[in-house]
Amino acid sequence: MKKWNELVPGAIILDAGNAVQFKTGSWRAFRPQWTEENCIHCLFCWIYCPDMAVKTEDGKMTGFDYDYCKGCGICARECPGKKGKKAIVMVEEGK
Amino acid sequence: MATPLKLKELSKKPDLLTHGHRMCAGCGAPIVVKMVLMASEYPLVASNATGCLEVSTCISEYTAWKIPWIHSAFENAAATISGVETMYRAWKKKGKITEKVKFIAFGGDGGTYDIGFQSLSGAMERGHDMVYICYDNGAYMNTGIQRSSATPRGADTTTSPVGSVVLGKIQRRKDLTRIMAAHNIPYVAQASPSHWLDLMKKVRKALDVDGPAFINILSPCNRGWRSKTDDAIALSKLAVETCYWPLYEIENGVTRITFKPKEKKPLEEFLKPQGRFKHMFAPGNEHLLKQLQEDIDMEWERLNKESSTEK
Repeated sequence: MKKWNELVPGAIILDAGNAVQFKTGSWRAFRPQWTEENCIHCLFCWIYCPDMAVKTEDGKMTGFDYDYCKGCGICARECPGKKGKKAIVMVEEGK
Repeated sequence: MATPLKLKELSKKPDLLTHGHRMCAGCGAPIVVKMVLMASEYPLVASNATGCLEVSTCISEYTAWKIPWIHSAFENAAATISGVETMYRAWKKKGKITEKVKFIAFGGDGGTYDIGFQSLSGAMERGHDMVYICYDNGAYMNTGIQRSSATPRGADTTTSPVGSVVLGKIQRRKDLTRIMAAHNIPYVAQASPSHWLDLMKKVRKALDVDGPAFINILSPCNRGWRSKTDDAIALSKLAVETCYWPLYEIENGVTRITFKPKEKKPLEEFLKPQGRFKHMFAPGNEHLLKQLQEDIDMEWERLNKESSTEK
């Protein structure tokens, strides 16, 4: 935390997107678990994630960013899966 | 060339709203904002009315925004951005800036329907080249779920509590999208995050317009709606399918419904998962349900009459 006299005058933040320094992963009670075999890479989890915590590479889902995932479960709910098997399920933390 | 509106292509774009923001788990607002920013092909400058989005994305010396962003007060997000846009036009005239920049104001329903309404109306009338995005979660969620003019009739909030005499909010909700259309601005639309493609197409249209545009976007709030953290998308989809939140646009005065549900679902399906409507399902309160359904049916019928292209 900066002291008052270290802040930029005018309450301006010059470092765009510096909220990444604040990790929200500790809020989580349930963690999303990804099973790659059941994933069709529809990217619904990615587009609907409120915390930009779904990692993608070259248009494909590659996993979660647990530093920021708050464990809301939207990804698991919206996951269509493959042949009736979900690619994302929520599991309780610590289990 | 514009990025095609395909998730595969869009996922290669950098996030303009970063993680590390402090919105609640499962909040609809960051989903709405990320989709809006993702759809844009222009460099953006945004202003933000006071509300959940503003306080949680910019805490102390941290900001989750990767675009120039300004917060002034609750009532003047539209006035602030119209000032910024005017300065931009002056600079452009003087040759100080050559790039084409677009301006967005974000506000919740409190900062748009109620407190920021006069500045929004003024900015639209003056014809600034800006897009106003309202993320409508139907109450003052940030301060503790007080009713707003966007709160649906019958909803239980802390200032319209359900008791033995009064059963939730008595009044009908204000139809702001129509009020904005009455400003005769080039583009007005209503969207939902569950229909991401429809939402992004509307944002693109709004940004391409040379003049003011307004988009009202439903934004589920699991704290205020008393629902689960994972149902923001499911609920916004149900809102569209029950015609509680019809998806339409009004382009130069021409109304077009952009999504028509194959089968209009009964409103109960949207209301049932939400604790704020729990009392409506209690024995003896059937009239509340009936009244809300009638409101929705009337709106939907009117919209169908007005819509010209889709039959």
